[in-house]
Amino acid sequence: MRRLWIGLTYIVFALLLGAPVVRIAAGAWEDGWSGFANGVTRPEALHALMMTGIIVVIVTVVNTLFGVMLALYLVRANWLGPQLKRILNSVVDLPFAVSPVIGGLMIVLLVGPDTALGSLLSGAGIDIVYALPGMVIATLFVTFPLVIREVMPVLQEIGSSQEEAAHMLGAYPWTTFWRVTWPSIRWSVVYGVVLTVARTLGEFGAVLVVSGNILFKTQTATTLVYQDVENFNLTAANSVALVLAACSVALLLFMEWAKSRRES
Amino acid sequence: MHVEVRGLNKKFGEFQAVKDVEFSIEKGQLIGLLGPSGGGKTSILRMLAGLETPDTGDIVFHGKRVNDLPPQERGIGFVFQNYALFKHMTVSENIAFGLEVKKWPKARIKERIAELVELTGLSGFEKRYPHQLSGGQRQRVAFARALAPEPQLLLLDEPFAAIDAKIRHELRSWLREMIDRLGITSIFVTHDQDEAIEVADQIMIINKGRLEQKGTPWEIYKDPQTPFVASFIGESTLIEDIGKLRGFADAAAMPGTKGLIRPEYVEVGKENEFTLLSATETGRVSHIHFRGSEWLVEIQIGDIKLVTYRSLEKPVLQLGDEVHVLVHRAYLFNDNDSWVTENKLKVDPLPVHI
Amino acid sequence: MTNMLQSRWWSWGFRSTVMLYFVILIVLPILGIYGQSLSDGWPKFVSNLTEPLAWKAVMLTVKLALIATVINVLIGTMAGWVLIRYRFPGRQLLNSLVDLPFALPTAVVGLMIMLLLGPRSEVGQWADSLGFAILFHEPAIVIAMIFVTFPFVIRAVQPLLEEMDASEEEAAYTMGASKAKTFFRVILPAMMPGILSGAMLAFSRALAEFGAVVLVAGNIPGRTLVASVYIFGQIESDNPAGAAAVSVLLLTLSFVILWLVSYVQARRTGR
Repeated sequence: MRRLWIGLTYIVFALLLGAPVVRIAAGAWEDGWSGFANGVTRPEALHALMMTGIIVVIVTVVNTLFGVMLALYLVRANWLGPQLKRILNSVVDLPFAVSPVIGGLMIVLLVGPDTALGSLLSGAGIDIVYALPGMVIATLFVTFPLVIREVMPVLQEIGSSQEEAAHMLGAYPWTTFWRVTWPSIRWSVVYGVVLTVARTLGEFGAVLVVSGNILFKTQTATTLVYQDVENFNLTAANSVALVLAACSVALLLFMEWAKSRRES
Repeated sequence: MHVEVRGLNKKFGEFQAVKDVEFSIEKGQLIGLLGPSGGGKTSILRMLAGLETPDTGDIVFHGKRVNDLPPQERGIGFVFQNYALFKHMTVSENIAFGLEVKKWPKARIKERIAELVELTGLSGFEKRYPHQLSGGQRQRVAFARALAPEPQLLLLDEPFAAIDAKIRHELRSWLREMIDRLGITSIFVTHDQDEAIEVADQIMIINKGRLEQKGTPWEIYKDPQTPFVASFIGESTLIEDIGKLRGFADAAAMPGTKGLIRPEYVEVGKENEFTLLSATETGRVSHIHFRGSEWLVEIQIGDIKLVTYRSLEKPVLQLGDEVHVLVHRAYLFNDNDSWVTENKLKVDPLPVHI
Repeated sequence: MTNMLQSRWWSWGFRSTVMLYFVILIVLPILGIYGQSLSDGWPKFVSNLTEPLAWKAVMLTVKLALIATVINVLIGTMAGWVLIRYRFPGRQLLNSLVDLPFALPTAVVGLMIMLLLGPRSEVGQWADSLGFAILFHEPAIVIAMIFVTFPFVIRAVQPLLEEMDASEEEAAYTMGASKAKTFFRVILPAMMPGILSGAMLAFSRALAEFGAVVLVAGNIPGRTLVASVYIFGQIESDNPAGAAAVSVLLLTLSFVILWLVSYVQARRTGR
């Protein structure tokens, strides 16, 4: 019995997870090293990877900052009533339930070129939709819960008494945060950041809708893969996809490491 | 530090945690806040510390109102119930925290740590982390950390609650000694009356957010001001119709008067053990139990049940024995008043002068 | 005193900034889409929904997501069980691999499945010779959905198995229950909350999936066009009201599921 179940599990993993990954790696090398290199070093691929990089940096920084602060407020703040806290707490999860395409659509509907707000902003020279700001906002929306959901349980578990002890010893909130709270939540924040990077790197639906997928302007790595496939340029798609997949696997390994650090 | 509190009130939502509490504490005293759990003791302590804001009322240290002062500026040491040690810092880092925050020079910090480690008997443990210490050691670290910045007032929230019964005793006398030596005004919260009686100079009994009585342990024992205090201190038995007991007939004149009788107010024995039989009741031993240093005896007198102790030196009573019971005094109370009264028949009606 | 005043200003500023961010980024867009879908009135909203292609897309999505969820419950429960209960070479590796679908970009997943099942691949040729097609048909969509939702059931079941007391099982054995009976009467009920909440999360994610599906579905209106791709198409063809109407339907469904999950979890921890 035991052998049967273990064997079945191996088969499921091999077929469902292993085969596709091997396939994409093999596909990228179909035309040899030069095919892969050409696929990645095309100007449009380099530009797309750069766009992805920029978005990853901005989103990770903003999402981490606000994520940690919101987690602190949602767990500790007295100025939020318990009722309001409960409502906000359930709102935090909503982006998980929203399809990325719908997430993108929301932003188009709110600040798209046809809306009052959008035309006002573009009149002032700020383009949001079909430009970098919109793509960043869409990705921020999608990644919103990741840091908060990692940090909140830790804050709840350690309780506020260590922080109160620091207050009694004369430490003001800023010192208390860095010297008492931060060492406890550090690895959870790191874990949340890794999740954010992974999700941002791979975000597709929301970015596709908001960016318009304009070559050399708003195209990201994932939307480039999509476009290559649509154009039946499979080898090129493969090379970029392999780069993305390699990043994901590296992040996965890092995630495992961060998890083990957090638990120790 | 001289502490004064006036008209203190605090509500959490609909729950009135603290109600019209007033007291003042002389410098250098050790005060025990005693009462049942959830009675508002900890809320009072936290308001003194500045961790909680009172709804109304004044908190005055040294004649200066400190309500608007944040906890950081009140100069109070606080020992938390579960110690709240910084778990990623060693013992000496924990103690140093408050000094570093206050920007003491490095050399002085080092000196102060050495002093406190010595004082609290933690030598050799400076490099340990909290999870490598026993409960009693953690408590000492918490104490040392709170004392490090030389506070003028020390607040302790259930300081012994998380410690084994055996070590608790030892730590109590250690704490008492330590506070005596430092001469620092201290307030501690406890729900354990033995602890309060043993350690405190003065006890404040807190119940349902109110201050029921403040006084020395002896005053509170001898002269309880409210029925709650009378029943909370010691192991009293409540007697509904106290007027039925011989010697307390006066009480029957005031309807609604009830009595509380402590075991040590009651004497039990055979007929020949009493000189004044007229003041005694007769009853039957309904339960008897050996307590290690004495007998615990339950006596049924009509429909009244009394509990008392009996010395091991006296003849042993048996279950069902007919016995005489002398009630020396009782704590009486009704809706308007409460007082301690002696057995009226105890005074010999016909004194024989030799 | 000035110091204190400053810190008050600071904390007030922080609070309002963070709360404003929260409202503008999350609350406003969600309210906005509900508003937009109803902006042309209730009848227009209903007619947008009852548009045959829209309706078919939604029904197709629900059907395929259900199939994917059922398959996921079966293999997820098995894998969760095996990874916790058995010690065997490669266990740690498999356990780390579980999260791979969360880490991989969905567009990459779509491409992978396309390459694996395409007409040029062994699987594609084999299926072809048997006379049925996978890629650009419903099976490919289901496979994509299974892949992206693979971790949910496993990750929901594992903690329950971990915290389960072995003595319960042993008690059943001492009372003479067979292995199978013990599993169905003792272990499975204990795993049930995890399976349920994992399944609901997987279902909600499968409903919403876009990237992996859009590349393998073929997107033939009325036949292999799922809801999220339909919404994308409506946006591309400049019909935001139609897109918003279907979005609102999907969103409401997902919110209900999310609420159910937190309800199930609250009941479990509340006990």
